[in-house]
Amino acid sequence: MLKEGDIRIPAGCAISAIIDKTGKRFSGNDIIQSIALMHERSNGLGGGFAAYGIYPEYKDLFALHIFYDNLAIKMKTEEYLSKHFEIASAGNIPTRKVASVKNKPLIWRYFVRPRIYIVQDGYLDEEEFTKRCVIRINKEYKGAYVFSSGKNMGTFKGVGYPEDIGDFFMLDTYDAHLWTAHGRFPTNTPGWWGGAHPFTMLNWSIVHNGEISSYDANRRFVEMYGYKCTLQTDTEVITYLFDLLIRKHGLPIEKAITVLAAPLWDEIARKSPELKKELTALRTVYSSALINGPFSIILGFDKGMVALNDRIKLRSLVAAQKGSKTYVASEESSIRVICPEPDKVWSPKGGEPVIVYLDGKGAKKREELC
Amino acid sequence: MLNFNMPRYEIIRNEKKCINCKVCAKQCANEVHSYDEADNIMRADEALCVNCHRCVLLCPTKALTVKKYPLEFKENANWTAEAMNEIYKQAETGGVLLTSMGNPKPFPIYWDKMLLNASQVTNPSIDPLREPMEIKTFIGRNPDKLEFDGKGKLITKMPPKLELNAPIMFSAMSYGSISKNAHESLARAAAELGIYYNTGEGGLNKEFYKYGKNTIVQVASGRFGIDKKYLNTGAAIEIKIGQGAKPGIGGHLPGAKVDEDVSATRMIPEGSDAISPAPHHDIYSIEDLRQLIYSLKEVTGYKKPVFVKIAAVHNAAAIASGIARAGADAIVIDGFRGGTGAAPARVRDNVGIPIELALAAIDQRLREEGIRNSVSLIIAGSIRNSADIVKAVALGADAVYIASAALIAMGCHMCHSCMGGKCNWGIATQKANLVKRLNPDIMYKRLVNLVSAWNHEIQEILGGMGINAIDSLRGNRFMLRGIGLNDKELEILGIKYAGEAI
Repeated sequence: MLKEGDIRIPAGCAISAIIDKTGKRFSGNDIIQSIALMHERSNGLGGGFAAYGIYPEYKDLFALHIFYDNLAIKMKTEEYLSKHFEIASAGNIPTRKVASVKNKPLIWRYFVRPRIYIVQDGYLDEEEFTKRCVIRINKEYKGAYVFSSGKNMGTFKGVGYPEDIGDFFMLDTYDAHLWTAHGRFPTNTPGWWGGAHPFTMLNWSIVHNGEISSYDANRRFVEMYGYKCTLQTDTEVITYLFDLLIRKHGLPIEKAITVLAAPLWDEIARKSPELKKELTALRTVYSSALINGPFSIILGFDKGMVALNDRIKLRSLVAAQKGSKTYVASEESSIRVICPEPDKVWSPKGGEPVIVYLDGKGAKKREELC
Repeated sequence: MLNFNMPRYEIIRNEKKCINCKVCAKQCANEVHSYDEADNIMRADEALCVNCHRCVLLCPTKALTVKKYPLEFKENANWTAEAMNEIYKQAETGGVLLTSMGNPKPFPIYWDKMLLNASQVTNPSIDPLREPMEIKTFIGRNPDKLEFDGKGKLITKMPPKLELNAPIMFSAMSYGSISKNAHESLARAAAELGIYYNTGEGGLNKEFYKYGKNTIVQVASGRFGIDKKYLNTGAAIEIKIGQGAKPGIGGHLPGAKVDEDVSATRMIPEGSDAISPAPHHDIYSIEDLRQLIYSLKEVTGYKKPVFVKIAAVHNAAAIASGIARAGADAIVIDGFRGGTGAAPARVRDNVGIPIELALAAIDQRLREEGIRNSVSLIIAGSIRNSADIVKAVALGADAVYIASAALIAMGCHMCHSCMGGKCNWGIATQKANLVKRLNPDIMYKRLVNLVSAWNHEIQEILGGMGINAIDSLRGNRFMLRGIGLNDKELEILGIKYAGEAI
């Protein structure tokens, strides 16, 4: 059976996230409980989490989480890594024995810094350099897969139900200010750990529920800009779209969202002339970045979190607020299980994002746009 | 001299139905039918018939049928009747064989070897009757990226673009090759549909300047009818380098079709043959093309997109890349099945490549070079229906041009005889008595109907795929699967075989 990357595998899913905008950190217990409630939305073939703020002691280093199929590929990959990075620390990612989690690969973690001369001599910044190295390993080192590459954040994922994966990675022992989670219901999968979600690139992480019908249009668009979609998943291409629009092209995050879940032409026609001009420019220049078909996604990044539905809301997504915490999930019940009485609960409209910036980190200090 | 050619068609007249009303005789500009007073019977000179169906359809008692002439040569797979008849003709005249409309030979039609996808279970199909379904399309250049100032205000200046209510435009057909009434029908239909029609290389009749904002004005090697006012009247300008029906050679308009009005519009003497030079004599290389593009932009104040149209030839991908880099706002590729008002048969039937392969190769090449998003890609050359359009967009086209289909909507029956100027349907003729048969009030409506019908079908198919904006179909080759294609064809088209998973 072909694994993810050799074939495209549609999947349905459950997603959930919790963020504390003050930056206060909390353990993974809540997020595990929240995603566990949606057990029925997964089928045991993939679960995962992204956590932000978990490595304060290494916050200036890229944290690479890597799956290896065997020791030989580990040695080969480490040779490549040490050629391009100074490795400040390396080791196994600690795990706990969980009966239902089987066939685990070698799971390693490295805190690294790009070798200074490489960044200085070239005209790449360290993000772009690290991104290219990650893409290179994932494309060319068969049996090695970098599944997390950001700073002060990390992804934990594998084949199994999400609550079991959370237990396996001992997420109760980590503290983060933002947790996102994903339970997967793929239509078919060989059970490859790398194929589980979240998908991450540098500080971006995406959990996604849906099957986008614009996939190949989006893929062929981002591949013009040096990305290589090795996994053929929606999540991968959506991550690259965010990276391209926000990091590479420097679009403000609200504008990037306008591109991905663009307003209808009918709506644009009703706007003021100036806004009309701007929206038309965004929709035409980035028409191939429009994401079509059903999706609800939660994007984690260093400044906060964005949750977004497709523009005609073909997937469920509920949001809630309690104090400084914002919750989003596929189902309201999985918010209420950890936060029984939120101050506010709402169902964001199609294409209208829930944006939460960490205090003091956003360009504009605002909680949400909806 | 004895004519070695047998008639191509047999005219069967049902004597019981015929009432000798002479309508057929009046309708046939080829003078096939005549009334024999002595015998009180209608007769036909079948050798003159081009099989345009005019008499058949107008016969009030439906007494007429036209059939392929039954005379057969001794069976020969190599020396076919066509091959022999062409030799008889050339031996008689010493001339180049002339023909019209698109390549009729049985080359593969790749549109018919590609199948489309639809949503089932894992994502929902969308119902265009109940949900928004967007097929609005923009044509023009894009900046590499958009920039905003600190306050979030857009600072990037957008290049001029055409806004189309559907990814469809009427392709270039010159006034001269087709009639004034045909032009008027196209112009009015384009205006009503919110799309564009193309003047072709014959200039623009003064009466039609009022449709300027739905007009693309063409600049070809003959430079017929071009002045500053003409260029500024259109919404966009198209430089015609080549045409799918006759790559490598210029346009042909027989002097017989150059009447007073055509002569004034083209700015050439009445009755003179209008033969455009094969190349533009100011374009012998890609850098020369850049100069013409920018001359046209200068004269129109950088307010209008400039298209460059080429025929689909072997090296089309590299040429298209050069055109994009030369500054064109849109590249137009015309496939080898594209129609024409007159072309040498040998060129039409043997030069150029299928539009499907050219489109796939060009779109892929522009992406590999990272410049696909900066330029629009329009294709032409025998788009027959809405499914062809959906497949073209999925392969990577922004929009399509239709011309043969538009003429068929106005009554063309594909008799391949436009060059004679005796079009019984009032399309490819300048004879006043024939032109008036084409009523623009009716024909523009038929064009509007055709494009509207196709729009509905495109929306239906898009919805089935779970897509609600045509933007998400563009270049989305996962939506296509090949059938009856070899590995090389699949590779060039960039699609998988039917039965292969996503």
